[in-house]
Amino acid sequence: MGVDNPLGDNIITTSLDALVNWSRKSSIWPMTFGLACCAIEMMATGASHNDLDRFGIIFRASPRQSDCIIIAGTVTKKMLPVIKTVYEQMPEPKWVVAMGACACSGGIFDTYSVVQGVDEALPVDVYIPGCPPRPEALLYGLMKLQDKIMKDKNSFGSTIGLGNRIESVAA
Amino acid sequence: MAENNRAVVKLKEKFAASIVEVVEFRGEVTVTIKKEDLLAVLAFLKQSLQYNLLTDVTAIDYLGKKEERFMMVYLLCSIPNKDRLRIKAAVSEGECRIESASQVWATADWLEREVYDLFGITFDNHPDLRRILMAPDWEGHPLRKDYPLQGPDREPYKGRLS
Repeated sequence: MGVDNPLGDNIITTSLDALVNWSRKSSIWPMTFGLACCAIEMMATGASHNDLDRFGIIFRASPRQSDCIIIAGTVTKKMLPVIKTVYEQMPEPKWVVAMGACACSGGIFDTYSVVQGVDEALPVDVYIPGCPPRPEALLYGLMKLQDKIMKDKNSFGSTIGLGNRIESVAA
Repeated sequence: MAENNRAVVKLKEKFAASIVEVVEFRGEVTVTIKKEDLLAVLAFLKQSLQYNLLTDVTAIDYLGKKEERFMMVYLLCSIPNKDRLRIKAAVSEGECRIESASQVWATADWLEREVYDLFGITFDNHPDLRRILMAPDWEGHPLRKDYPLQGPDREPYKGRLS
């Protein structure tokens, strides 16, 4: 995470940053990636009653078209290399949401085969507790992610090759 | 009773020397045999007594409870006779190997791979003996009683500190 901001904080660049951030937060395309029962809740959130589409959140079947990966379920040690590969295939900028107790901390599976929290391998932006979290909780977590995206600095400069995107530390 | 079971009568006729123990519990018949004669007994059960379905192959770890640490368990089913039978054979830790049943039932291939993966019992003359559930580079056999639940590289959770 670079701290230099070559375009500075003036009315034009911050407005352009806000435009880029607004378009990014309004079109979070998550990777279709379910691991356990949390994925059922994630599908329910995407379905008509809760309707993720109204936030511009459309599930994509390819990591190449995704901005976000929702780790929905228990991450086993055997699955971790697959998740890492999918994450590395996603283009920047990209965000990670750890959905449910298992993805946050391993949950009830304090065993030899389960990764004790996906943050051992991926940089997690939003942790959503619950077992599984209700659709409202996932929606709230994704809205927190939108808030975090809106606080990014130099997002315009970084798209035209000047400096790096500066992420906010806490949402 | 177990003594009147058709399979037990036939096995006692033919393999009297290999049978260690015959037990019946709630209608389930279990025959414990010596592991050297395993293949001959299983082949006889399939070919002559129509136990044509191998339901499951599993193992038990009697660490510190019995002299011979492992017990192989074969659950057989006869579809034409609507009959089930359990065959057991003890395997010691020192010589942790047994003949593969995949020569009799092809389904034993993957079932024995699971036992090999989780208990570390080697199957002789197995067509493709490698791990089936754990990752290929996994070390140890998780269902052994001396394998720590949290894995060898991590302290167990001791509850909240407050």
